[in-house]
Amino acid sequence: MSRTPWQDDRGNKDASIANPEGRGSRGFPETTGGTLPAAEPRPAASGSPFLIGENMTGGYGGADILHGCTVAVERGEIAVIVGPNGAGKSTAMKAVFGMLKLRGGAVRLDGEEITRLTPQDRVAKGMAFVPQTSNIFTSLTVEENLEMGAFLRRDDITETMEQVYELFPVLRDKRRQAAGELSGGQRQQVAVGRALMTRPRVLMLDEPTAGVSPIVMDELFDRIIEVARTGISILMVEQNARQALAIADRGYVLVQGRNAHTDTGRALLENPEVRKSFLGG
Amino acid sequence: MDLLNAIVALANFVIVPAIAYGSQLALGALGITLVYGILRFSNFAHGDTMAFGTMVTILATWWFQSLGISLGVLPTALLALPFGIVATVALLLGTDRVVYRFYRRQKAAPVIFVMVSLGVMFIMNGLVRFVIGPDDQRFADGARFIVSAREFKAMTGLREGLAIKTSAGITVITAIIVVALLFWFLNHTRTGKSMRAFSDNEDLALLSGINPERVVLYTWMIVGALATIAGVLYGLDKSFKPFTYFQLLLPMFASAIVGGLGSPVGAIAGGFVIAFSEVTVTYAWKKVLRYLLPENLEPDGLVQLMSTDYKFAVSFAILIIVLLFRPTGLFRGKAV
Repeated sequence: MSRTPWQDDRGNKDASIANPEGRGSRGFPETTGGTLPAAEPRPAASGSPFLIGENMTGGYGGADILHGCTVAVERGEIAVIVGPNGAGKSTAMKAVFGMLKLRGGAVRLDGEEITRLTPQDRVAKGMAFVPQTSNIFTSLTVEENLEMGAFLRRDDITETMEQVYELFPVLRDKRRQAAGELSGGQRQQVAVGRALMTRPRVLMLDEPTAGVSPIVMDELFDRIIEVARTGISILMVEQNARQALAIADRGYVLVQGRNAHTDTGRALLENPEVRKSFLGG
Repeated sequence: MDLLNAIVALANFVIVPAIAYGSQLALGALGITLVYGILRFSNFAHGDTMAFGTMVTILATWWFQSLGISLGVLPTALLALPFGIVATVALLLGTDRVVYRFYRRQKAAPVIFVMVSLGVMFIMNGLVRFVIGPDDQRFADGARFIVSAREFKAMTGLREGLAIKTSAGITVITAIIVVALLFWFLNHTRTGKSMRAFSDNEDLALLSGINPERVVLYTWMIVGALATIAGVLYGLDKSFKPFTYFQLLLPMFASAIVGGLGSPVGAIAGGFVIAFSEVTVTYAWKKVLRYLLPENLEPDGLVQLMSTDYKFAVSFAILIIVLLFRPTGLFRGKAV
């Protein structure tokens, strides 16, 4: 992204996020509880995963980018989407979150059809999304970023904020600092923390380790595992395929908008074909 | 060499007027900067919004005066101010509903919005002239001075007098109160923070569930109040004339840009930078220099860098210099 002061694109400008009608009519689900997740065990439709984007076909208006692509994540598990550049990884993720119109296929959360909901409505349903870029409010303090993450909530948010600070202790020290002044890794922590403030049931991360150092990357992956342990499902797009598949319960290798391989993370790492064509031997 | 008289003369002709003018510009620039930060366009109709608010306030003032209601030493306009604010907010919300919202739905480019605001400006301009006429209106009443030059001279025995107009005092006090309230609102309330968040990153604000229409609504309400207050203070201090308010657009935009568009602190700093530059460049320094320099060095001319007719050139020059060398302004706002 160019960063001269004469240009400023002000955010992603994904036209599809911007809902001119404002947010959806649904309020935020009221939940109580000590741990981060709002995931109360609900009887899911038997056999179907917690969140699934099934047979998704569509693109940004022009030619289709996704061709019958399917991604899914089970409750409390980590699913990782990997693939070569231009494979439609981020597009698949955005499709699951409702940021582009699908021509075919369906998205279901906990057995409920949500294909037609706006992203805002999906947030209210318990999904949280961390975009790859512009994922924090740079001029707001860390604490205000977290508060804004919980904007839809009308109940007391101090407990959730405390949990985010426990997960990312460095943020507690920097709570009064403008988020834009933090390092790349810390900014990603703010971004994930902001998303966690809604107490989501599914956390979707678009390349959370893009542009951070390897040490910070390992640290972030550790935190992501920790979040998953609290019962939050995680759907993640990653460039660093090896490390990501190593922590994934389920991995999806996309090639040209289609599912090329789908298996557990470990099996994909050991799959000779995936290794040869994609992981580099 | 007479330092004391020099300081008093400087305060009387430069510092006090510039502080008052700077406060008025700052309040105006705050409105411009809020619209720019949140609605993301340069609102050319802001000067005429101020004129409209001031006009309603003047009409209410006349009505109060005809009823014999007054505030004693304070101008009656302060009592009429809430009427002006309510009417202006109603006008802005109506304009938004009828005009701007349409373009927002179209996701129009910022330059389209600027052109639209230009149209709105002409309509508001016409509206004001139609109702109150294009002429000068004086509506200041109450005590004229807090300290008059004669009283000051009698008090201190100095040759130079220091006059502080009531309007200048009211301007500064009101500006401080308004700015404090605004900053408290933006930094400590949920709505204020959501406005800042929306200004910072619109997409992420939407993802967080912030309702853009609400943010826009609050913005127009605050902008209406700020514009009316700024306009009334300016009118009390000088006089009300629709064309002058239209002309104020330039120094106000210069203030907002010098401070950094979208930055409220910047708008205030910019207001004072512009006001002090205008006043110091157009002031005839002869009087002050006469006290400071030895007699044989006394200047012959007025030592006025520029005639007051050129005061807008000063804002223009500063504006261009800032845009060339630091387009984000003093406080790192958004580039134009």
